Amino acid sequence: MNATPEIHRDDLASKTGMWLFLFTEMLLFGGLFIVYSIYRFRNAEAFHLAAHELNVAIGTINTIILLVSSTTIAMSITALQKKDKKLALILLCTTIILGLAFLVNKYFEWGEHLKEHIYPGSAVLALRGQGDVLFYGLYFFMTGLHALHIIIGLIFIIVIAVKISKDKITFDNFVLLENSGLYWHLVDLIWIFLFPLFYLIT
Amino acid sequence: MENEKNHIIPYRTFLYVLALLITLTLTSVAITQIYLGTLTVVLALLIAAVKSSFVLRIFMHLKFENKIFTFAVIGVVLILSVVIFITFLDYLYR
Amino acid sequence: MEPSFLEHKGKYKGLFSWILSTDHKRIALLYLFSILSFFVVGATLGLLMKFELIAPGKTIMTAETYNAFFTLHGIVMIFAVVIPGLPAVFGNFMLPIMIGAKDVAFPRINLLSWYLYVIGVSLVLISQFAGQGPPDTGWTFYAPYSFRTTGNMLPAVFGAFVLGFSSILTGLNFLVTMHRMRAPGMTWLKMPLFPWSLYATAWVQLLATPIIGITLLMIVAERTLHIGFFDPTLGGDPLLYQHLFWTYSHPAVYIMILPAMGAISEIITTFSHKTIFGYKFMVASVLAIAFVGYFVWGHHMFTSGMSGTALYTFSLLTFLVAIPSAIKVFNWISTMHQGSLDLQTPFYWAIAFIFVFMIGGFSGLILGSLAANVHLHNTHFVVAHFHFIVFGGTGFAFFAAAHYWYPKITGKMYDTRWANIGLVLFFIGFITLYGPMFYLGFKGMPRRYYDYDEIFHAGNIISTMGSWVLYSGLAIIIINLFASLKNGLTAPADPWGGKTLEWTVPSPPPVENFEEIPLITKGPYDYK
Repeated sequence: MNATPEIHRDDLASKTGMWLFLFTEMLLFGGLFIVYSIYRFRNAEAFHLAAHELNVAIGTINTIILLVSSTTIAMSITALQKKDKKLALILLCTTIILGLAFLVNKYFEWGEHLKEHIYPGSAVLALRGQGDVLFYGLYFFMTGLHALHIIIGLIFIIVIAVKISKDKITFDNFVLLENSGLYWHLVDLIWIFLFPLFYLIT
Repeated sequence: MENEKNHIIPYRTFLYVLALLITLTLTSVAITQIYLGTLTVVLALLIAAVKSSFVLRIFMHLKFENKIFTFAVIGVVLILSVVIFITFLDYLYR
Repeated sequence: MEPSFLEHKGKYKGLFSWILSTDHKRIALLYLFSILSFFVVGATLGLLMKFELIAPGKTIMTAETYNAFFTLHGIVMIFAVVIPGLPAVFGNFMLPIMIGAKDVAFPRINLLSWYLYVIGVSLVLISQFAGQGPPDTGWTFYAPYSFRTTGNMLPAVFGAFVLGFSSILTGLNFLVTMHRMRAPGMTWLKMPLFPWSLYATAWVQLLATPIIGITLLMIVAERTLHIGFFDPTLGGDPLLYQHLFWTYSHPAVYIMILPAMGAISEIITTFSHKTIFGYKFMVASVLAIAFVGYFVWGHHMFTSGMSGTALYTFSLLTFLVAIPSAIKVFNWISTMHQGSLDLQTPFYWAIAFIFVFMIGGFSGLILGSLAANVHLHNTHFVVAHFHFIVFGGTGFAFFAAAHYWYPKITGKMYDTRWANIGLVLFFIGFITLYGPMFYLGFKGMPRRYYDYDEIFHAGNIISTMGSWVLYSGLAIIIINLFASLKNGLTAPADPWGGKTLEWTVPSPPPVENFEEIPLITKGPYDYK
């Protein structure tokens, strides 16, 4: 059944609502940035040294993965506007695959740390000193919360892709696609800051 | 709002921005390999801020939306910054 | 004529026509029912706490029970009653009508907000009965005790998190509603003051609540993973928890008071039959309070160990944020001056509000002074302060609004005599209950202690008796409002001579509020 034209549709309201929700996400992570900045200030040396233990190569690759995925989802909007439904879906699938690749990388990265018994609450970590405890506590918490948001974003995008394939979202009714893009870009933005703060402050 | 629907950003634009973002990313990795003391963090965050502004302006469409959205984003960042600043007034001077 | 929203026959029947409704008016009443229920729970806890305090030593409960009681009293009153209170009930009901809209921007998200509210409070209540005993940290969940106590913190903390989400979604909804759905001709500066207060409040709900969200998640991480953020043995700073907690919880008090002030502005204007004095300053003040309110949180932490620089920065900012509040009080009085006063129950509540709010406000300035704070922090002086300003402020305004908009919502008039008797009893009880606490705190009686020195006995007896008078007044007020549903006279569309849009639609309003969206050509308070 095709969507009947809605008399009371307000795309700007929908987009505004999404932006307001993004503000709450910015402040949610913002709280963690507050904690990070204070503890970095108080444990500068320890943070600096601990950052060396993170794999810059994987971090850089993950950063680029997200940047490309932001590009593909942005391009999918152009594709839909140009009535190229097939390209739009291909671009969205690419976005999803890239998102999954990010998560796989994270899984292996975390796996390395867990192998060495470095995780919040571990005795090994406690022995290494307070600076390390805080660094890794923040690392796991912030990248973990970020990964959760990637999962949420991917679910959102999958739902949108299904709607596009069923013509519920079309070239002249695509605010939901835009909103999913906005959410995904936010997830990218958060990582743009997480990356230097954990991997590059050496 | 009708003109918004007709405004289509060319694929090329997104690809140029991507190229720029990747370049900035690699630059920040390179720069932070050099020891510059506290300047390292500042530079890394500055580059992150520049990357963010491109994501916000182009990918997230802020350049083409009503200016009020941009002001709101700036406002949120400002409030968070002031909160961090005031919190540091405690930790810096204890 | 169209049936009222209460008589409307929609897709669902019976209970489902309420709990599946996306009509902002029904959702408002769902909130009213829940919030009133939890208010009674919180008030009863308070009554029992006061009874415990009528004499030193154990009276009716152990110390552990007392700790659990004041914790639950705080959580319920703060997160389940006064924060959602005015916005969720009167904001939901009146905002769309007052701006000439048929509903809020996102009606289904509005219903979701209510579901989240119910889930959140349920989790909090579960914490009382499951696990190793109810939480006993106080509603402030201070670290390190909050992650060391064996009390059942996780459901309580997670419940507060879910309640926060409910608050965020309400704020988001109201912001988009006011930006996109004002009636044609209603420019921002033609919008009435209650919507303006909800606007400022919504920004606080949106931008401050996430901070407590993440802080609560950090407490969960401390308890489950021993992550170390606030654990001094692992390098964390308990004071950072306080910073994060109050960075939300102070703006939260503005979520409580701004809609209250908005409602009072409406009531004073209507019953003075005169346009509000200084409309633009009222708008600016409400926005200024919301903005500056973000930066004063440290005044809850003056004795915790912050730096000197932080101390005087917060004290200065605290004094500054009082200024716009004072402007509002002056403007309310100026509105009444040479107005044609109609002495009705809502107006009496409004005047009582100004009285207790000012006492609360002045005591806040005393607490905001660093030297005085050293002696008064964590004493009953603080307890008196926040009850005067929150219960006196938001509470009185809630009852004022309830009586003001009762005819519009129910289509009936309440019994004026019983309403006024209830108010008088309530007011006398209120002053008797909380007034002595200023003195007790000044003399050194600590808060959150279930026992006290004999020198505080007399004051406590007076205070506890005040709680009985207050509670009786409350019972009369609430019973009257319920009884009048059946026995009250039918109310006209505009019983008070109000000029805002809600008085132009029938009492109770039809489902879509307006037969035709009005065209606005005049300001909101066009008395002449």
